[in-house]
Amino acid sequence: MAQDNPTQPHQVLLLLPSHCFTALESKASHKFHFLKAWDSPLPQAQFLQSHATSSQVLLSFPKETPITAQLLQLLPSLKLLITISAGLDRVDLAACRARGVRIANSSPIFAGDVADMAVGLFLDVMRKISAANRYVRDGFWVSGGDFVLGSKVGGKRVGIVGLGHIGLQVAKRLEAFDCKILYNSRKEKPSVSYPFYSDVCELAANSDVLVICCALTAQTRHMINKKVLLALGREGVIVNVGRGAIIDEKEMVQCLVQGEIKGAGLDVFENEPQVPKELFELDNVVLSPHKAVLTADCFTDVTDLAMANLEAFFSNKPLLSEVVNY
Amino acid sequence: MESIGVLMPIPMSSYLEQELEKRFNLLKPWTVPHKTQFIKDHSTSIRAIVGNASAGADAELIAALPKLEIISSFSVGIDKVDLKTCKEKGIRVTNTPDVLTDDVADLAIGLTLAVLRRLCESERYVRSGQWKKGGYKLTTKFTGKTVGIIGLGRIGKAVAKRAEAFSCPIAYFSRTEKPDSKFKYYPTVVELAANCHVLVVACPLTEETRHIINRQVINALGPRGVLINIGRGPHVDEAELVSALVEGRLGGAGLDVYEKEPHVPEQLFALENVVLLPHVGSGTVETRNAMADLVVGNLEAHFLKKPLLTPVA
Repeated sequence: MAQDNPTQPHQVLLLLPSHCFTALESKASHKFHFLKAWDSPLPQAQFLQSHATSSQVLLSFPKETPITAQLLQLLPSLKLLITISAGLDRVDLAACRARGVRIANSSPIFAGDVADMAVGLFLDVMRKISAANRYVRDGFWVSGGDFVLGSKVGGKRVGIVGLGHIGLQVAKRLEAFDCKILYNSRKEKPSVSYPFYSDVCELAANSDVLVICCALTAQTRHMINKKVLLALGREGVIVNVGRGAIIDEKEMVQCLVQGEIKGAGLDVFENEPQVPKELFELDNVVLSPHKAVLTADCFTDVTDLAMANLEAFFSNKPLLSEVVNY
Repeated sequence: MESIGVLMPIPMSSYLEQELEKRFNLLKPWTVPHKTQFIKDHSTSIRAIVGNASAGADAELIAALPKLEIISSFSVGIDKVDLKTCKEKGIRVTNTPDVLTDDVADLAIGLTLAVLRRLCESERYVRSGQWKKGGYKLTTKFTGKTVGIIGLGRIGKAVAKRAEAFSCPIAYFSRTEKPDSKFKYYPTVVELAANCHVLVVACPLTEETRHIINRQVINALGPRGVLINIGRGPHVDEAELVSALVEGRLGGAGLDVYEKEPHVPEQLFALENVVLLPHVGSGTVETRNAMADLVVGNLEAHFLKKPLLTPVA
């Protein structure tokens, strides 16, 4: 592998291969020079030390490769991290901040698909769609008569935890179902008219359903604890499209088993792909294997966004999806 | 009014039964061994029928009840009521519009998301332990997909309102174009099917709309198209639908209604791009109670000689 050429224009460092990269490479190989760490026989750290000292841009999938302080040490010229994810919980944000690294993620692209998943899970829990589908397929409609009644979605109070890109898209959708939107966020958003609750427990007490759309951080880990779940109450439903660890999973399972809350729609879990086995016994829980962003369209769009961010960076224009104040 | 005979052919709501029993002499043929004889025995006291989507009143039943004055349906669709005979005999008919519009529209979107995003199938994937072996495959985005609606009435408009919040362009087919609608109109169902990704059936079942979803429409909707039926089973040529799904000529289907409920074609059970619901469009506690109140309200209004609440034109 040739020595890293500091004057080579538009170099983009990648650590591991992926579907997204393959799509990007075919669209963009004439515009950017992709430095692929996995092509080298050298172990990653050594490769970076000898070839990536002037690399300014890293395109990464934090799920596969956590961006740690140690990794950043090996990239002294790094100015921009582009992550193919919305979540930044596997990026050492303090280390990035200290080194003045800018971050662009894929939130705007994922927002629609994740919001769709949140609404889909919510409708499924309330109207028992998956359970009813099973009822028909198991032959019970013929032998057992009418299926049980579900719960009306219209008029329900939806408490959104985290009113970022994704939370706002969830709100927009559920307003069309005549739901009343409330929210909790790090800071109140003056641009929206939804009632703000600075305390997530109070939000729960005033909601019929909680939709978790926030990032996983030290502050939000196990933020949805027993107190919040009990405040949500026996008629309450929880939907999680954030990260499993935002909810105290053990407590949530207990609450579901004991009927302290009415149901749950979950795309994420604390220890994926492990799912608490108690949930398999419950008909009022809808389980999804962390696929909120896994649509074919999403991958095309994410690739396009990465390319647009790269073009913007190399021509000193504003990034399209910069994460400010991280 | 306790002596007024009200016939309820099949069970449909215990709350409704309760409320009717407080006011009328409710006759429930399913509680006795000889249903037909039971109806005959009470034929001169029956002045009202409470029907629903499954059981209404055909010409034969109407002829057997000489004192019948009103049929109050626990549904908005009244395809099971012989309207022609009712008109001839001056029998009034009421249904339950508006109170169930939201629930049915909600379900249409719920079905669409369940089919496109494979919610039921990926649920099964998790429950059967397969997630431990690997991630689920890519599914199809809903946001931004064109939604075609057959019938832009109350329910059709409510479906459109919800789909718009997902940035879906809306197109429709109706008996006549609606001049005050901002949505794109297609003069035939085939053209609508050819120009949308998700096709929703939201019109009443009449002689004209029977099998409105036929082979031609299904082929126009195509291998990436999804059919959502929240209308009536006979809107769809079910045999054609099944073969199209089995052969891959249609991308997927979300069905709440079937030609011969509760029977669902078993060839559909093995298909992962199909979601099958047991006619639960209005099936929430809140809405069924509101529908029941409307049924009771209409009967009371009739027998107290007040204006009907929701007469069928």
